[in-house]
Amino acid sequence: MTKNLRVKSSEYIDETNRISFKFNGKTYHGFKGDTLASALLANDVHLVGRSFKYHRPRGIMTSGSEEPNAIVQVNPDTNRTEPNVRATEIEIYEGLEASSQNCWPSVEFDIGGINNFLSPFFPAGFYYKTFMWPASFWKKYEFFIRHSAGLGKSPTSIDPDIYDHRNIHCDVLVVGAGISGILAAKNAAKNNFKTLLVDEKNELGGLTIFENNEFNKIDNKTPSEWLKKEIEELKNIKNLEIKTRTSVAAYHQYNYLLARENLTDHLEAKDKTNKIRQRLLKIRAKKVILATGAIERPLIFNNNDRPGIMLSSAIKKYSEFYGVACGSKNVFFTNNDSAYESAMSLYNKGINVEAIIDIREQSESKIVKKVKEAGIKIYWSHSIVDTTGYKRLNSVSIKKLSNDGTSVTGSKISISCDCLGVAGGWTPAVHLYTQSGSKLKFDEEKKVFLPNQNTSEQISVGSCGGDFKIDEIIKNLNQKLKDTLNINETDLDSIKVEIDQENSKRNIWLLPSDKPLGKTKPFVDYQNDATAKDIKLALREGFRSIEHVKRYTTTGMGTDQGKLGNMHALGIIADTAGVKMGELGTTTFRPPYTPLTFGTIVGRNVGKFFDIFRRTPMNDWHVENKAEFENVGQWKRAWYYPINGETMHQAVQRESKAARESAGILDASTLGKIDIQGSDASEFLNRVYTNAWSKLAIGKCRYGLMLNEDGMVYDDGVTTRLGENHYIMTTTTGGAANVLGKLEDYLQTEWPELDVYLTSVTDHYATASLCGPNSKKILKKIIPDLDLSDESFPHMSFKEAKIGNVQCRIMRISFTGEHSYEINVQASYGKDLWEKCMEAGQEFNITPYGTETMHLLRAEKGFIIVGQDTDGTMTPIDLQMDWIVSKKKYDFIGKRSLYRSDTMREDRKQLVGLLTDDPNIILEEGAQIVSKLNQNPVEMLGHVTSSYFSPNLKKSIALAVVRGGKDMMGKKLFVPMENKNINVTVANPVFYDEKNERLNA
Amino acid sequence: MFLINCPYCGERDQQEFKAGGEAHIERPKQPTELSDDEWAEYLFMRKNIKGVQFERWNHAHGCRKWFNMVRDTSNDEIKAIYKMGEKPPAQ
Ligand SMILES: [Zn+2]
Repeated sequence: MTKNLRVKSSEYIDETNRISFKFNGKTYHGFKGDTLASALLANDVHLVGRSFKYHRPRGIMTSGSEEPNAIVQVNPDTNRTEPNVRATEIEIYEGLEASSQNCWPSVEFDIGGINNFLSPFFPAGFYYKTFMWPASFWKKYEFFIRHSAGLGKSPTSIDPDIYDHRNIHCDVLVVGAGISGILAAKNAAKNNFKTLLVDEKNELGGLTIFENNEFNKIDNKTPSEWLKKEIEELKNIKNLEIKTRTSVAAYHQYNYLLARENLTDHLEAKDKTNKIRQRLLKIRAKKVILATGAIERPLIFNNNDRPGIMLSSAIKKYSEFYGVACGSKNVFFTNNDSAYESAMSLYNKGINVEAIIDIREQSESKIVKKVKEAGIKIYWSHSIVDTTGYKRLNSVSIKKLSNDGTSVTGSKISISCDCLGVAGGWTPAVHLYTQSGSKLKFDEEKKVFLPNQNTSEQISVGSCGGDFKIDEIIKNLNQKLKDTLNINETDLDSIKVEIDQENSKRNIWLLPSDKPLGKTKPFVDYQNDATAKDIKLALREGFRSIEHVKRYTTTGMGTDQGKLGNMHALGIIADTAGVKMGELGTTTFRPPYTPLTFGTIVGRNVGKFFDIFRRTPMNDWHVENKAEFENVGQWKRAWYYPINGETMHQAVQRESKAARESAGILDASTLGKIDIQGSDASEFLNRVYTNAWSKLAIGKCRYGLMLNEDGMVYDDGVTTRLGENHYIMTTTTGGAANVLGKLEDYLQTEWPELDVYLTSVTDHYATASLCGPNSKKILKKIIPDLDLSDESFPHMSFKEAKIGNVQCRIMRISFTGEHSYEINVQASYGKDLWEKCMEAGQEFNITPYGTETMHLLRAEKGFIIVGQDTDGTMTPIDLQMDWIVSKKKYDFIGKRSLYRSDTMREDRKQLVGLLTDDPNIILEEGAQIVSKLNQNPVEMLGHVTSSYFSPNLKKSIALAVVRGGKDMMGKKLFVPMENKNINVTVANPVFYDEKNERLNA
Repeated sequence: MFLINCPYCGERDQQEFKAGGEAHIERPKQPTELSDDEWAEYLFMRKNIKGVQFERWNHAHGCRKWFNMVRDTSNDEIKAIYKMGEKPPAQ
């Protein structure tokens, strides 16, 4: 029977709604409204995990998203499992299962716990120093490290949930719904600003909602009572949207914020189905009001990490908000008055408070007096020097603190306890503020980093802005709201606040023990097991930059990003190195503030929506005819059309033969098409292509090569002159968008005087490329009245025609070396055109072929494919395409670069043909080429760029780039492969029909 | 994520835009007259300033227009935006 530590009914806990859940396989009960942490604490379970390095038992430390220890695996072994979730943020539901991470075989008996006893051998940088030597041993070390370390397990099956993204534009975004956020949102909305208020928790009110220190009053009510009334009023305000369970993950420049809205994580499995689990909100706000509050600091003392040691404010929240006592014998350890509020909160509910240990000499506040009156023992000027209890705290020992706070004196007093609340002051949650690019400044008096220089329209209000007392909060919030919203009056003008007197504080970053530092374990980063000793060691070893110390000691590098301990790390570095904290600065707080699921990040872009793809108008035909597809750019292109169980090789051989022997047809719709018009269109083409365009007659086509300004080949394609001032340019499939972008760039920025207009018409046309010796007869059948004679319609010319009533553009151009036509029709007629060609071609055994056969056929002709035979380092001269580079033109893009000393080198890699001595061996594309085999290191001459078995030549052919290849015609080279060296001979890259006789066949 | 005020369309999210490098580097009118070094200066050398930098941007997924931006690269503050061909604002 587990203990029940419920102390009173709480309005946030529904005791009529009992919920059962499992933790580490054992069933427990909690109530609707509980978090996993509060429900476990109510069952007296503190031990929830093991630390990362030493595998020390660890308990729940906080009540919020800053939790470093209580991170669990939710719903283990299901497809909804999620690692590294903070127990303090999980709302329990019927059927919830969770388990500890980082322990094996169980959290109660963890074999890695031996690391704790070996810890003198695990100092900072241990992994860097030890496992790196000898280098060959790393694989062995890695096996053990990977098995004993690791935080949680990722799911192994597909995530069943739906995730979503939403864009939000608002006038005012308020982050955090504590007292400051609520008042800010209320006043913004009332003044007609479209306002969004978000909070990571499921209830509004922040810390103030359970603030009932009787000496603090707002309008004569306790802050808690008063705030409840304010929250009630929010419901009736227009212009205000409130989102709870919504955590801002990132705050980017220009007030662009990403937030994760949690919609179903708190629901039972049956209610999660078919609902959006989490939604990523992409918020662009005109003004941002950060009201992110403050995180209570622990104190750094020897063995400060045992289960049962918690933040004082968390103990108070568990008691007031969840109605749970975290211990039955409570002790507090503090440097300010807030622990006294927590002590009174417990005392008022009849929970035993043994003592308060205060490092200050005294405090005169009313709440301290109240504690004294209650008879709770206070040890002034004392510090905890050690704690005991392996899996649960059972005592603390204290000693008198010296005046300068650097040592302890006197005799040791031991106090028996099962729960210790530590209160080290408050750290403003400035994480989002700094993410926005804004700069912090250190406040020496308050010992906090505060917002200083804002880079966007934003304010930080409440405790994240450095105001910790309610009177200061209200006063400064009021002024900031008036300034930022440009309004004259607010609801806050008439609020009357009474508060307890000055809250004094004594700040000591690292508390002394009666043992030397080397013998103690004062943890600074709980999740990564970094101690004060590690930080000092890093400094001794010469690290100075805070970013370096962080990486060397791993302080602040856990999933919690060191929300609790970072300030202490800075303080210890500053004290040790003798520098001011303001000069030291902080480490960078990076998004996300709390971890995000991958699902939230990708949203709906999963499965078939992972990437956009484009399909041609003939696509259905290809699918019906069992084509295999390949991705080219974003297009799905027919790759080959296997019949009767053919392999790809067999299909391609058949298609390639058919295209040369009778007729083939290719879907060329994906080629980029740019419509170019304007009185300077010819001049424009002269400037962007390497060859001359002014004399191209209307109705003629010309192949063009486009370079970058550095002289390297960028794209190629055929351009047709449709009219005096009208051209249609084709580009490679993958290059279409970039070519258009580049042309626009020159037109708008370098040559704005040219009268030229560019329009992308790629999607407007469907293109069927009909090729082979029978292509003419097929076209004649489709368009009987079109004169197809070589005189009327020669190679490299164009005609407009009609197929039935459908207008079409026909270019007699060829990428295969065969007599061929490219027929373009309005995209919506594409499939119809294709079917007509197939029908007319049936008697000629017309064979549809895909991109693979296209590649093979053009390789037989030695035609390059930009991006396959070129890689951004090839000039037209390197490609042996000198013929296309105009010597007469004064200028074109890239011309000057062709005369740079480097591009004119004779020993550049040049495009050549390669023939294998054994005609049946097909080279691998990408294979390296050498001239000497027994050389070390071997000199690489180049590589194979295209390689096929040519069915028309009945031998293997390849294109390659080879250093100085131009002058190597007939030279014997080698392609060394894993098990053999292949003998090759450099050849003319035009393997087939060198005289181009087939174009007119 | 910047909010960029396209001079033709108004304020749009950064993801609609493409950065185009340093501005006001004019393509030489007579490239053939230049030495290799002079051409290399135009072709390869860019300042990449930490601080106020003049840049070209393109509203690639919008009006497709190019324009100039003055941006402080140290904090990404956009100080000015002006059309191609317009004079940069006085500093
Ligand atoms: Zn625009």
